[in-house]
Amino acid sequence: MKVSKAITVGRPPSEVYAFWRDFENLPRFMYHLEFVENLGSGRSHWVTRAPAGRSVEWDAEIVDDEPGRRIAWRTAGADDDVTHSGSVSFVPAPGNRGTEVHVELTYDPPGGKLGAMVAKLFGEEPNQQVADDLRRFKQVMEVGEVVRSEASPEGAGQGIMRQEANQPSAIDARA
Amino acid sequence: MQAACWMGRQEVEVRDIPEPQILNSRDVIVRVSSTAICGSDLHLFNGYVPTMKKGDVLGHEFMGEIVETGSAVKNLKTGDRVVVPFTIACGMCWSCEQGLTSMCENSNPSGTAQERLWGHSASGAFGYSHLTGGFQGAQAEYVRVPFADFGALKVDQSVPDEQVLFLGDIFPTGYMAAEFCDIKPGQVIAVWGCGPVGQFAIRSAFLLGAERVIAIDRFDYRLEMARAAGAETIDYEEEDGHLEVLKEKTGGRGPDACIDAVGMEAHSEGLQFAYDRVKQAMRLEGDRPIALREAIMACRNGGIVSVVGVYGGLIDKFPMGTLMNRGLTIRTGQTPVHRYMRPLLDRIQNGEIDPSVVITHRLPLADAAHGYKIFLHKEDRCEKVVLKA
Repeated sequence: MKVSKAITVGRPPSEVYAFWRDFENLPRFMYHLEFVENLGSGRSHWVTRAPAGRSVEWDAEIVDDEPGRRIAWRTAGADDDVTHSGSVSFVPAPGNRGTEVHVELTYDPPGGKLGAMVAKLFGEEPNQQVADDLRRFKQVMEVGEVVRSEASPEGAGQGIMRQEANQPSAIDARA
Repeated sequence: MQAACWMGRQEVEVRDIPEPQILNSRDVIVRVSSTAICGSDLHLFNGYVPTMKKGDVLGHEFMGEIVETGSAVKNLKTGDRVVVPFTIACGMCWSCEQGLTSMCENSNPSGTAQERLWGHSASGAFGYSHLTGGFQGAQAEYVRVPFADFGALKVDQSVPDEQVLFLGDIFPTGYMAAEFCDIKPGQVIAVWGCGPVGQFAIRSAFLLGAERVIAIDRFDYRLEMARAAGAETIDYEEEDGHLEVLKEKTGGRGPDACIDAVGMEAHSEGLQFAYDRVKQAMRLEGDRPIALREAIMACRNGGIVSVVGVYGGLIDKFPMGTLMNRGLTIRTGQTPVHRYMRPLLDRIQNGEIDPSVVITHRLPLADAAHGYKIFLHKEDRCEKVVLKA
């Protein structure tokens, strides 16, 4: 399963690279991630939100790191639930429009029950999920936070079919 | 709080719903003093805009008083009186920097869905289906305003609501329609549709130096309002072959620019209307582009067709041949209201225009359903309904 997607972010490549390079930032816009823990020397542990309170986890190692230009990683743990590799390139956009962020991801979902869970996790349409991730990434970089609406209180990615009416929630958002 | 909710096709109900909350740091909450029903709300009311959900709060033209501010809002405070653009814009992305705030790249949480439909996404908007983000509408006692520090325009306590309310949509929209026409001295502008946006387009065309404006509609009271602004008028139901009449009125040349202030639910006499109406009902065609086709056919060689009537999807029988062979230019867009508010406020305060002339009905918010009904069916000479929350 291969996904590639690009978005232009109105910030300089060095800044966009630095934010992404700190993998612990990724769950701020990649909503399927619960957290990423930096293990040091280019290794990190990724934990995702999976259905039914379970989690899908893996270790990743950086295989290419060109400051301000490109990061590539791949799964490297013995007990990884999924084999996965990815890269993100940061290219100066023409006309001083900031940075083109080009993402490429490859998943190798396992078979069986876990495979079904992974498939659900990454969505039936991984392209759309990556598109929403990048939309939120751009919001975080350009306006500092994910943009919320009454019908999408968590921001982009809450598919229209799953949204409720655009009425405010009766529950205190600050609680 | 009370809010006008869409409950299905041609069904609006004022219901009791929770009050809005701050969700982002640049939000404010506004207590609505005046809110209006827009012609584009009728497309939602009639069920022609997809992704409406039962219970959706309607409304995107409003003003009021700030009652709460988000932590990052520095230039506004509780008690300020503000008018708010109907399009939501962050003020920081490339599109906003170019002044294209109605195409803000960050304000629409449903952007990915719009991208599929339209290739790229446009901005979020208040109460305008879930394709524009699912933001609560403003026909309510309170509304949350995202990116208020960029969008909300502070107005002096001394200016009455009715003078400035329309800065949030229809005055900028009508003005932009006229601006698109690049009006030069001696030029003749034709306007399809004498609803509120058409009325502002007519008045704006004169403000921008048009020598003559010719307005086309079928309701006598709307044509009267156009004549009151100095326009000549054509009643397309009275005239046999109104495009011929328009051609004669312009010495056989055609108008220098044509404004479509009608959009996707146009009416006309005869077969063309039946064709589009049936295809639209069967969902084979998204929009009924009758006014647009006429505007293209009527425009003089090398002229400009300015489209501010709302379209949502696909149209049939688009007259590309005449557009190409006669060198016409089409200019269109949802209005980037942010860049028009201040200059148009100046024009109001200089006495160049009185926006309140279009208001025919002032109703309490509780009577919103009645407001939609009379506006849709043009009952009681209805031109513009303002709701008092």
